[in-house]
Amino acid sequence: MRFTPHTEEDRREMLRQIGASSVDELFSDLPAAVRLDRPLNLPDGLPESEVARLLSSLAARDFDMGKYVSFLGGGAYDRYVPSVVGEMLRRSEFYTAYTPYQPEISQGTLQAIFEFQSLIAALTGLDIAQASLYDGATAVAEAAMLAWGQTGRERIVVARSVDPQYRAVLRTYAHGRGLEVVELPLRDGRAAAEDIAGAAEGAACVIVQHPNFFGLLEDVDSLVKATHDKGALYIAVADPISLAVLRPPGAYGADVAVGEAQGLGIAASFGGPYLGFMAARQTYLRRLPGRIVGETADKDGNRGYVLTFQTREQHIRREKATSNICTNQGLMALAATIYTTLLGPDGLRQAASLSIEGAHRLGDGIGGTQGVDLAFSGPYAFEVALRGKASVKDVQAAMLKAGMLGPLDLERFYPELPGHMLLSVTEKRTTEEIAKLLDVLQGVEA
Amino acid sequence: MKTIFEEHEAGRGTEYLPSRKVDLGAYLPAGEIRSELALPELSEVQAVRHFTGLSRRNYGVDTGFYPLGSCTMKYNPKINEDTARLPGFAQLHPYQPEETVQGALQMMWELQRDLGEITGMDAVSLQPAAGAHGELTGILIVRAYHESRRDAGRTQVIVPDSAHGTNPATAAMAGFEVVHVPSDERGGVDVDALRQLASEKTAALMLTNPNTLGVFDERITEIAEIIHAAGGLLYYDGANLNAVLGHSRPGDMGFDIVHLNLHKTFSTPHGGGGPGAGPVGVKAHLRDFLPMPIVTNENGHFHLSYDLKNSIGQMRSFYGNFGVLVRAYTYIRALGGEGLREVADDAVLNANYVLSLIKDHFDVPFDRIPKHEFVVAPPEDLVRQQGVKTLDIAKRLLDFDYHPPTVYFPLIVHEAMMIEPTETETKETLKGFADTLNRIVDEGRENPEYVKTAPHNTVVGRLDEARAVKEPKLLERLGG
Repeated sequence: MRFTPHTEEDRREMLRQIGASSVDELFSDLPAAVRLDRPLNLPDGLPESEVARLLSSLAARDFDMGKYVSFLGGGAYDRYVPSVVGEMLRRSEFYTAYTPYQPEISQGTLQAIFEFQSLIAALTGLDIAQASLYDGATAVAEAAMLAWGQTGRERIVVARSVDPQYRAVLRTYAHGRGLEVVELPLRDGRAAAEDIAGAAEGAACVIVQHPNFFGLLEDVDSLVKATHDKGALYIAVADPISLAVLRPPGAYGADVAVGEAQGLGIAASFGGPYLGFMAARQTYLRRLPGRIVGETADKDGNRGYVLTFQTREQHIRREKATSNICTNQGLMALAATIYTTLLGPDGLRQAASLSIEGAHRLGDGIGGTQGVDLAFSGPYAFEVALRGKASVKDVQAAMLKAGMLGPLDLERFYPELPGHMLLSVTEKRTTEEIAKLLDVLQGVEA
Repeated sequence: MKTIFEEHEAGRGTEYLPSRKVDLGAYLPAGEIRSELALPELSEVQAVRHFTGLSRRNYGVDTGFYPLGSCTMKYNPKINEDTARLPGFAQLHPYQPEETVQGALQMMWELQRDLGEITGMDAVSLQPAAGAHGELTGILIVRAYHESRRDAGRTQVIVPDSAHGTNPATAAMAGFEVVHVPSDERGGVDVDALRQLASEKTAALMLTNPNTLGVFDERITEIAEIIHAAGGLLYYDGANLNAVLGHSRPGDMGFDIVHLNLHKTFSTPHGGGGPGAGPVGVKAHLRDFLPMPIVTNENGHFHLSYDLKNSIGQMRSFYGNFGVLVRAYTYIRALGGEGLREVADDAVLNANYVLSLIKDHFDVPFDRIPKHEFVVAPPEDLVRQQGVKTLDIAKRLLDFDYHPPTVYFPLIVHEAMMIEPTETETKETLKGFADTLNRIVDEGRENPEYVKTAPHNTVVGRLDEARAVKEPKLLERLGG
């Protein structure tokens, strides 16, 4: 299959115009030592019908969430996506465009990002938001870099109840800048304000996820207070779906909010592309990483949108930029904007509420099972953390046999939690599916 | 156009989920429950018209010619969009057990292998989410490599003055001091200056080849020797790989680390600014430093391997922008090795063709055979006497339904216009574009004011960027 349109006659005419005898002559400045003197060792090209067959046969080997009922979560969710989202995302004026460097012909992308920033600010209860980051994990890392830039302090404090992958990425980024990362220990699955007093001495920020990786509600008020007592920034990590029903970071005193917005209309797609976001108090505007869109006007007073505050960015500031990010997740931000617009406040609340209700139906039912128990006490939402008398592998196998996916083995990330596992419930899970899962759990031998 | 906030009318929303009433108070402490939620409500039809309307105010490769230098805005095949949406790819949870995702893992393993072959590298990570993210991955590998050898004095990364802004920004993010090496009169790295700069402090040199001027650095082998002799590593910014596919491989030029932009070279859509994907390839001696996990193959059984003892760690959640990887894999299978080489042939042919058609109307700072892109500037008399600048020419192009080239980059060329036609355009499209550019230069001499006030046919005119900073309005709230 080729997407190169030239006929041999075209090539001849073009070469004549250029004044070259052959296409190879155009490569004559490549030294012999660096030339590839053989064909690339790749499978032969295929016509479209064969490509389609090949890819379908690969995909058919996978157990997808259309056929299997997923109780997996932990940062990626099987949520219902209205048909409109997929339909609009395939408008190729959106997806075949690049970063809106020419605003006069990019008002679609620019206005969509402006609306995305507005929605994220409304959900988080904060003053400003930027255009997107790669995912929740890199958003956490970028927020830590913001706090370092703001305070000049080289210690980053993160609760151990934050998504383990976010913490892993934070460590990678922090190592680059030579920053120290300190973790707050788990106290019954949560962070404790008492631990901040010692850990946050001289810290740039404290990073807390709420509800945390185990689905537990953190005591955010005491954590914010302990953080601010040390002069550090409080960085809230939140799932935007949860913000439809929970007190937002701006209301409980967070300085920056970041997170993963995959839940807003984006396919699970084996881990990406997803959508990181960052919102902050006004003070931090010039420290935000990545693109920001602002409203302005042309000389006739017509409203329009442009990329703005670009002096923060790599193409202007080079080594002094707030981040090296340029390409971000534009199309995913569009997906989130369309999804949130369609669902509106009631729909978003309903997605969150049905998920929380489902998680509690599952959690309440656990009491009656032999093999597993609730791992932690206190209020929770979206996720249910369990402690197994049965092995995690046995639970996984029993669920798969019953046509279900889950649970996540927590010991993989938390050696101190052997036999612990995580199940998640979204609004897509029916009462029957949850009842069936409880039956399966009941049947697993302790 | 109205915003979604201006379109809002309470009660207009559509039901997408079961309307069963949930008493949240039964599950959550009352003080934690949110009462206000100021989000817009639109009917489905309103929303569809709103976003369709926005799309019509956008310009993409499917709309027309998009010769944006350095960005490789080639056609995005539609089969890629279908394959990425197959349920067996799009509906996979990243925490599913390995035995339930063998098709996805096989695709990733083959893509790692193929990208290794294309670049001449021994191992590849698919994790980085974009080009700049791949750069950060690569330079963190540089750092980890020197640390593993207890070679702590290597604090500098050398970057050419023609480099993308991401190069110095990346080096700084990885904790290095940035040292700039100038270009020589032929547009390549000034090798004598490089020799002076290379030292026991050198951690790496970051290079794009062909570089941002579109010229191939013929002295690449010598450059590699200088850096390696000094104990540094050679990093390849893959932004311009489209030019040399199947002709020359970074691995054979002496590079140790490579990042690719799948959204440039491998036809995945740019998405209005992402998602992209920026896989990183390394030579065998750096394999152990790659981010985790990578996909391994044990007798036809595919695994996510976390067994890299010097790994820099993790660069993002999970395994990469998987949906983008599916598209790039589809493209590579469609074209095959021969097709990829033809991509480079025609990308270079097209660039040379456009240059040949406009070189009498524009200043050409480097008289070389360009590869897939080239840099020109408006003639000096036009800029000086008529005051018609590169930006004006770019804006005037909008009136003729072209996306302008990259402007004012690279920084080392005054009034630069960087033109990259890509391989997917017809001779007629290229000729039409070249004729239009020439016509605008003529027009600039005859009627400079008209060019300087362009565009005249777009939905908005030139926007006041200074006002966007002076009176910032970065979002809208319900009720104004």
